[in-house]
Amino acid sequence: MSDVVAPPAPVAKRPGTRRPRVRETGPLQWSQVRTVARVDLKQLIQARDFWIPMALLGSLFFVVVPTILLLTVTQIDNTQVVDQISETLEVLPESTREQIKGDSPTGQSGYALAVYLFAPVAVVVPLTISTAVGAATIVGERERGTGEFLAHSPAGVREIYLGKLIASLLPGYCTTIVGFGLYSLIVNVVVGPEVGGWFFPTTQWWILMLWVIPPFLALTLSLVLRLSARVKSTAAAQQASGLVSLPLILIAYSQSTGALFGGTIVSVVIGAAAWVIAIISLDRGMRAVSRARLLGVADEQ
Amino acid sequence: MTELSQQSGLSQLSSSPPPPPVAGQAVVALDGVHRSFGTTPALAGLSFEVPERTITVLLGPNGAGKTTCTRVITGALGPDAGRVRVFGLDPTVDGAEVRRQCGIVSAKPALYDRLSGFDNLLYAAELYGLGRGQHARDRIEAASDRFGIVGALDAQVGGYSTGMKTRLALARSVLHEPDLLLYDEPTSGLDPESSHAVLELIREMTGEGNTVVMCTHLLLEAEGLADQVVMLQDGTSLVSGTPESLVRTYWPDETVLFDAEDRAALSMLADEPGVLRLEHGPDGVTAAVDRVDRVADLVAALAAAGVRVTRVDAERHSLEDLYFAVRRGSGDNRIGEVHG
Repeated sequence: MSDVVAPPAPVAKRPGTRRPRVRETGPLQWSQVRTVARVDLKQLIQARDFWIPMALLGSLFFVVVPTILLLTVTQIDNTQVVDQISETLEVLPESTREQIKGDSPTGQSGYALAVYLFAPVAVVVPLTISTAVGAATIVGERERGTGEFLAHSPAGVREIYLGKLIASLLPGYCTTIVGFGLYSLIVNVVVGPEVGGWFFPTTQWWILMLWVIPPFLALTLSLVLRLSARVKSTAAAQQASGLVSLPLILIAYSQSTGALFGGTIVSVVIGAAAWVIAIISLDRGMRAVSRARLLGVADEQ
Repeated sequence: MTELSQQSGLSQLSSSPPPPPVAGQAVVALDGVHRSFGTTPALAGLSFEVPERTITVLLGPNGAGKTTCTRVITGALGPDAGRVRVFGLDPTVDGAEVRRQCGIVSAKPALYDRLSGFDNLLYAAELYGLGRGQHARDRIEAASDRFGIVGALDAQVGGYSTGMKTRLALARSVLHEPDLLLYDEPTSGLDPESSHAVLELIREMTGEGNTVVMCTHLLLEAEGLADQVVMLQDGTSLVSGTPESLVRTYWPDETVLFDAEDRAALSMLADEPGVLRLEHGPDGVTAAVDRVDRVADLVAALAAAGVRVTRVDAERHSLEDLYFAVRRGSGDNRIGEVHG
């Protein structure tokens, strides 16, 4: 005999109190996640006013600034700058100093700049771009009225959340990967001859890009999307996201630098810890999105 | 364990797709539904049923609870109390199944301006499980052809006129061939010609087996379109029933206005068969009759008596008359559900 379970009776809610949210369960519909992500990305691609500044930001950090600095050190033979960098290298850990390639001060300075001092670039660019996208993603649906369409659709709120997370993550991360490729090319072309050939990316940079940056990005976006689900306007979301992402950028910067200086094991550990925190935060972030919030009715817990 | 949703004889396996509506079964049933936003009640014990293959018009002023009602029906919002069943399912439990069977047009068209019309429809097709293949494309073509927007599908929706946006939203609502259509003020912002065209299309859809719930505050829209009217105020139903039955409840007798060169002579009508009462007014004499087909006999009687009749006007009460009568609270004892 099968058990018969009546659906839970609606709980009478006292006016003015927040109501408990019904969590949507069941297996994730990855096709819906892909659909939401693809449509969000398509809208971004259509928005030239978004991706042109994004491309400029990536170019500035990954191409323009490194090219100027590395050329200043290696080609213009700016002795004063080389001396300053050499002095800076003296304070690095012994193990790190041993890894620096090049026989001349110019080569060593170029190598150190390329490998150790541009780490923040790899952090700032994806976090800045993804935060800008993520901040508007849910509140934007509400402002445009399209949240109504999503709320009434069969798409699950978890699928909508994940789709929007991916759509926010990819622009920043892809820009970073492309920028990283260009940066690698510039570094090898400009500094390579000084240190005996192409040397970049190093193992630590590979780990940084593929293992450390993604969880920091996911962690930041999980917070930004929660904000986007809760605030009343895109402007408010941008403001609040700035407050949240700035300390995270600083943490990511320090951890990334530590990963580069600390060697492979340290990098892997930092990345693993970041992944654990990111997954917990993503799970909590998923609960922040509800159909009521897509509709602009936020009186739930 | 098989989870069974069971309420008042409506039971369905929660894991199975919703069954097609059975003839005579209510597609939507709300029973004592409450929903508040903060301290503001939006629905306050709302109850009504929507029979299949009918157009039910939710009529009421702004803030009456019409939009909240559609949101509760799809399960986008859960009720605080009361019972909601759609196709016999509880939308708060089987929301995805319910929503898959619903097509909705919101007061704002809720379209993605940066995407083309085609991409908007393709997005809906994918979310409603039609995929991206030829099947979905065929449906998109059929729906957009029906609503006359095929030529504009490649253009960005941001460049559409309000009428085109509404047509696109309507096309999107029928793309997945839902059984229940929920239209929240679909003619909002449209010119009279476009409004008329949209209402005609809605009328056509019930002929094809769809059940329609339409929210509006425009009485002229509801007139002639509604099979059933639910008049809302402050989140509760003041009256519900067919327009004819509601009018009959408020104005149970047929009334005919007579005028003549000698108005005093019209008093003879009081003695004619079928005349229930006479009322003298500034425009003539209003006769309440048991049947409107008495008019020919009454005119003949007046003519036989030598009365020169100058006006015969059968009074018809519109939904507008009814709306204001209900809103004024006239005949409170008659307010309630009317079956007709």
